[in-house]
Amino acid sequence: MSRWRFNELRRYLPRPWTALVFAVALLLALPVLTVMSFVLHPAGAVWRHLVQTVLAGYVLNSLALMLGVAFGALVIGVSTAWLTTLCRFPGRTTFEWILLLPLAMPAYIIAYTYTGMLDFAGPVQSTLRTWFDWQSGDYWFPQIRSLGGAVCMLSLVLYPYVYLLARAAFLEQSVHAIDVSRALGCGPWQSFYRVSLPAARPAIMAGLSLALMETLADYGTVQYFGVSTFTTGIFRTWFGLGDSGAAAQLAAVMMLFVFALIVIERRSRRRARYYHIESRTRPLPAYTLRGWRAGTALIACALPFALGFLLPSSQLLLWSLQTAAETVDAHFLRLAINTLALAAGTALLAVLLSLLMAYGRRLSESVAAAFAVRLAGMGYAVPGVVIAVGVMLPFTWFDNTIDAWMRLHLGISTGLLLSGSLFMLMFAYMVRFLAVALQTVEAGLGKVTRSMDEVARSLGYRSLSVIGKVHVPIMRASLLTAVMLVFVDVMKELPATLILRPFNFNTLAIRAYELASDERLADSSTAALAIVLVGVIPVVVLSLSIARSRRRALGQARLEEPLAVAP
Amino acid sequence: MFAKTMLGATALCLTAGLNVSVALAAGDQVNIYSARQERLIRPLLDRFSAETGIEVNLVTGAADALLKRLEAEGRNSPADIFITTDAGRLHRAKAAGVLQAVKSTTLTDAIPAAYRDPDGYWYGLSLRARPIMYAKGRVDPSQLSTYEDLANAKWKGRICIRSSNNVYNQSLVASLIVADGRGQTEAWLKGLVANFARPPAGGDRDQIKAAAAGQCDIAIANTYYLGGMLNATEAAQRQAASKIGVFWPNQEGRGAHVNVSGAGMTKAANHTAAALKLLEFFVSKPAQQWYAEANYEYPVRPSVTWSATVLSWGKFKADPVNLAKLGELNAEAVRLMDRAGWR
Repeated sequence: MSRWRFNELRRYLPRPWTALVFAVALLLALPVLTVMSFVLHPAGAVWRHLVQTVLAGYVLNSLALMLGVAFGALVIGVSTAWLTTLCRFPGRTTFEWILLLPLAMPAYIIAYTYTGMLDFAGPVQSTLRTWFDWQSGDYWFPQIRSLGGAVCMLSLVLYPYVYLLARAAFLEQSVHAIDVSRALGCGPWQSFYRVSLPAARPAIMAGLSLALMETLADYGTVQYFGVSTFTTGIFRTWFGLGDSGAAAQLAAVMMLFVFALIVIERRSRRRARYYHIESRTRPLPAYTLRGWRAGTALIACALPFALGFLLPSSQLLLWSLQTAAETVDAHFLRLAINTLALAAGTALLAVLLSLLMAYGRRLSESVAAAFAVRLAGMGYAVPGVVIAVGVMLPFTWFDNTIDAWMRLHLGISTGLLLSGSLFMLMFAYMVRFLAVALQTVEAGLGKVTRSMDEVARSLGYRSLSVIGKVHVPIMRASLLTAVMLVFVDVMKELPATLILRPFNFNTLAIRAYELASDERLADSSTAALAIVLVGVIPVVVLSLSIARSRRRALGQARLEEPLAVAP
Repeated sequence: MFAKTMLGATALCLTAGLNVSVALAAGDQVNIYSARQERLIRPLLDRFSAETGIEVNLVTGAADALLKRLEAEGRNSPADIFITTDAGRLHRAKAAGVLQAVKSTTLTDAIPAAYRDPDGYWYGLSLRARPIMYAKGRVDPSQLSTYEDLANAKWKGRICIRSSNNVYNQSLVASLIVADGRGQTEAWLKGLVANFARPPAGGDRDQIKAAAAGQCDIAIANTYYLGGMLNATEAAQRQAASKIGVFWPNQEGRGAHVNVSGAGMTKAANHTAAALKLLEFFVSKPAQQWYAEANYEYPVRPSVTWSATVLSWGKFKADPVNLAKLGELNAEAVRLMDRAGWR
């Protein structure tokens, strides 16, 4: 009897993996839940005021921004990924990796530089006015500081998410499927629309949802451009109106957007599981482009790179040359080291955690585990300041409770143990950026078929060693991608770093922001340029290493090929 | 294997970063949470350390966020001093109960009563004025008179001002609520918004640049931004700033709107003696001179001479309203601006 009961109980108790995933997810969801709990605070009057005056504007602007960025990022990301993967044209191998570089450019910095160039008082419009002797109002020029401008800025720096994941998907697609489609009479375009694009859809959607979550969380760009979105609304309500309850209710409405995004993304890939691992890797068929086609491809790839990276970095460099003598001091190296160490440490930790989560979720089919993993990834769409406050409150509560207990019972004060430490800062990064690593790792894990798991388990491997022996080698590129994405994101992160960092601890982003927020764009350019340059390093390392692993695979394939076709 | 390497690398990165916090050892020290940028305060703190041997630790950041941190950390907060760049936030800090009153004749003698908290919870350290700036040649200064007059239809399509998200605009509107009352201020806001040359965007310097380039004729901005532009390394900025004149409004009446950057001692302060010493150091004559000149602000201590840049805009009468009052009216100001459609 008792034995039966014990067994019965075990069926209902979570398995250790599930429990662990759940615990980590809950911990990471704590900040978002903390902020959400403010919803319960009464905020009637302020909330009514918001609904009557500005809420509709926040919703419309945020929606328009997301739609615009979705369009921009998809068009740029998918087309360049397709061109660099399946077409041959001059400069293709270079474009393969330089198309990633805009990722290293923080959105607020590109916004500052473009404003410096294209604003009414900037060099472009001033020159036009002198040439044609125009006055204000005599001519039309696109207003850079507008909703459209924000869409352009964010699309230019966020398309690499779509590019990266779409390209990985195109590279891994089944050569046979393409061959079959061609044999059945599809032209290159048809074969793209009917075979490659649907097969790559999960990856493209994953990249897009990252880009859109980052769009929702953006504060620097929309704030500078005077576009009222949820993020600026939350700031204004919280700090200007001094009402945390109403601010949290705004954040809650914003979360609905995120949930909608996640649901759409899930639904789009629920219909099928996409496995397309081939036993032999054969080079993908390449369409060699000539003449105007090659020229068009060249321009299509050069434009996003030029606008998203080359032009703004040149402007930064130009400014930096003017001001470096004043702005670069002995502290500069320290800033760079701090930034690097923090970003690298966080990136590695984030990938470890997302491996844990993704794997735990794969092992247990439970809905609860899936939900927990989603919950842990929510932080990516929440503005950094909100996360920071959400992290601060539970941490200080924990520290102060321990301190109070110790004072009461032992007569000693432990003070703040975790608050104000780098640990707390890294925890906040984890909350904010785990989704990036998680999406990428999950996309990679999707390549490992369930039968591989089952074979490994049936051969006697424990679940932990299945990760090391089977998954990691297959997912190497995905893991590297995850490390790089988090690294670059942490380097660019500002609001949470600003609030949570310990005494006397500065990073490059903080230095750049302090000067830029004071509208000293030229003075901030050296630090901004340093962020971009340091960010470029992992991007280059990553693309080289992915290219190498592909070449190795292809090399093997070529060695095997003659044998395969030998009579 | 892979996991082990990653763990090792993570640990390595952590230790590389961690040695910073070890520097917070015992010994006489002051810990500061500052909304004033590092560049505009660190040199002064270094001088203080050199003179007194007291070590100063600094975290800079946005005032609201630092205030939240102070509140959350409660009595265990390591911060001894909280510095902001406007009186509204100092008032908010006092209201939140994270500051303590400080009694010091050195401070009260040096700082005029309007620029410090009546109960001694915070002290202004520099003055920042927000007058009307105009494009020389296109605006006859005799046409200008008061802030209130900017709602007049004669300025239609000629005014540049940044977003109402900015606390300087919120304080300015709060000062109008004190002077003219709620109803009139709301009507004034509607008139002002109707006169905007373009939707508000960018910062104060952007408004000045737009006025210099001809997109509008009037910019409302804090004077130190103009000072920064006049002394900028870039020739374009200096050139733009030279086209701008400063007009002091409401000189017949209450005076031009001013705010302060200031500091208060936290309730949780562990180093009260050293913190007080630092506050008193901030109002000493040489420190006042540097503190104000570093950012082209006005020294709060009347006897300290102004920098040449600041002197060039002339003397003016400042609105004597107690700044604590503006802090109280801040939320009201934001609501009125929302209703007037000032984004």
